[in-house]
Amino acid sequence: MARSGGASQSRTRWRDQYNSWLRHHRLSAADSLHRVLQHPWSSLLTWMVIGIALALPVGLNVALDNAKLVSADWDSPAQISLFLNMDVTEAQARQLQRELADRGQIASTDLVSRDAALDEFQARSGFSDVLASLDENPLPNLLVVTPVADIGPEAVLALHAELAARPQVAQAVLDMEWLQRLNSLMDLGRRLIIAVGAMLILGVALILGNTIRLAIENRREEIVVVKLVGGSNAFVRRPFLYTGLWYGVGGGVIAALLISVSLWILDEPARNLALSYQSNFKLQGLGVMGGLNLVILGGLLGLFGAALAVSRHLRHIEPR
Amino acid sequence: MINFERVSKRYEEGRDALRDVSFSIDRDELVFLTGHSGAGKSTLMRLIMLIERPSRGEIIIDGQNLKTVSSRAIPRHRRKIGVVFQNHQLLFDRPVFDNVALPLVIGGYDHREVGRRVRAALDKVGLLERERAMPVTLSGGEQQRVGIARAVVGRPKILLADEPTGNLDPALSAEIMRLFEDFSQVGVTVLIASHDLALISRLRHRIVTLRDGRLVTGTAA
Repeated sequence: MARSGGASQSRTRWRDQYNSWLRHHRLSAADSLHRVLQHPWSSLLTWMVIGIALALPVGLNVALDNAKLVSADWDSPAQISLFLNMDVTEAQARQLQRELADRGQIASTDLVSRDAALDEFQARSGFSDVLASLDENPLPNLLVVTPVADIGPEAVLALHAELAARPQVAQAVLDMEWLQRLNSLMDLGRRLIIAVGAMLILGVALILGNTIRLAIENRREEIVVVKLVGGSNAFVRRPFLYTGLWYGVGGGVIAALLISVSLWILDEPARNLALSYQSNFKLQGLGVMGGLNLVILGGLLGLFGAALAVSRHLRHIEPR
Repeated sequence: MINFERVSKRYEEGRDALRDVSFSIDRDELVFLTGHSGAGKSTLMRLIMLIERPSRGEIIIDGQNLKTVSSRAIPRHRRKIGVVFQNHQLLFDRPVFDNVALPLVIGGYDHREVGRRVRAALDKVGLLERERAMPVTLSGGEQQRVGIARAVVGRPKILLADEPTGNLDPALSAEIMRLFEDFSQVGVTVLIASHDLALISRLRHRIVTLRDGRLVTGTAA
């Protein structure tokens, strides 16, 4: 009986300890928030610094996502221009066009006959006199082949090789380079954002660490007294970790607001621009989840920065 | 309750603060610790609180050898001891109530219990009406009594006081000493460092005297 009594007693003690631990967390969280709000201007400044530092990379990333969306809207990612042999007649070219149009991989084909090409060239180039003096039309028939949008670059390359090997084709030019350039440009942009973002995030952690360090210095005497009357290191640490959390969360909220406001300002011009290109493209924002993630990221950064400062500075404050 | 066995403390710069000090204080005893400044009074108190550790010898507090108290366990050890400081060590950014409540908040008591105990402690030192006052608005004697209330609010087994009447006039000093006597009567072990010999010789308690780190009188329990 004595044994079971001891066990239940230690269970209550454990629960008491848990309750007091929880109570102090609540108290620290509330007290830290109170202290942060007690100096609204300096806290707002800290929030702004963190918010801007977070909004920059995240905002650029949102912009890049939108750019990707726009480029995906273009349904002609690649074109293959088939310059046919000079001895291929227009009728034979049409025959080839029909044959190709039936293939699943090809979305559309467009025949520019040599006569049409000559007319256009004369009209546009200003060489009409020179061209008129020629005995025969130097231009070949041109068949422009557009593959379907969702086949990958490898399939486009294979199609290009196959078409180039056809006897009627003199030369097949794959017009994909501009797309590859765009893609690698966006890739570069993405990496740049990651690099800049990593630096800014490190900066945020250091700024927060410094803010917390100052808070620790300001409360040095209090820390000594708390340690003298039996406060543990965890007890002393807690309010500062919460201070960091509040700064970080506030910074995340500011960042989400900054991005939302920027997108709201950009929304109408972007829509007008899209309309002029006959597109109903709409700017994609952060969304609720994105905003929430930003706030969580801010909070985690705040905790991290505070932990950094606390581990460096709190240990050295001991009663003397 | 407090046992020193051949305790020596040499600081790193080579100064011997305590040499071979042995004494013991029983539960519910009130003992004065005296000696000129630099005789080792403060060092002795710091050893009890584990702000410092002895160079040699053993200290046993409430049956526990302080050698066995790891640095992680120091906070728990300190919670058994109430301390009154010469310079009060109050937190000036919060009212009297919050200052007194600090040990209870650290101990994790719920707020009803905190309120009850803080008011009881403030009542004991006669400052119940000043619980919302800020410490700067209090006189030196009142600040010292707030410090005492904070020291006893956690119902410690041991009460240490370092020059508690240092800056007070004789009437106030006597009043403060009477408070300490009350606590010792309810079973608290009280150790008071003081060089106010005129006052403490009138009070008829054991006096432990240190001179240059050595115990001169008061060895017997």
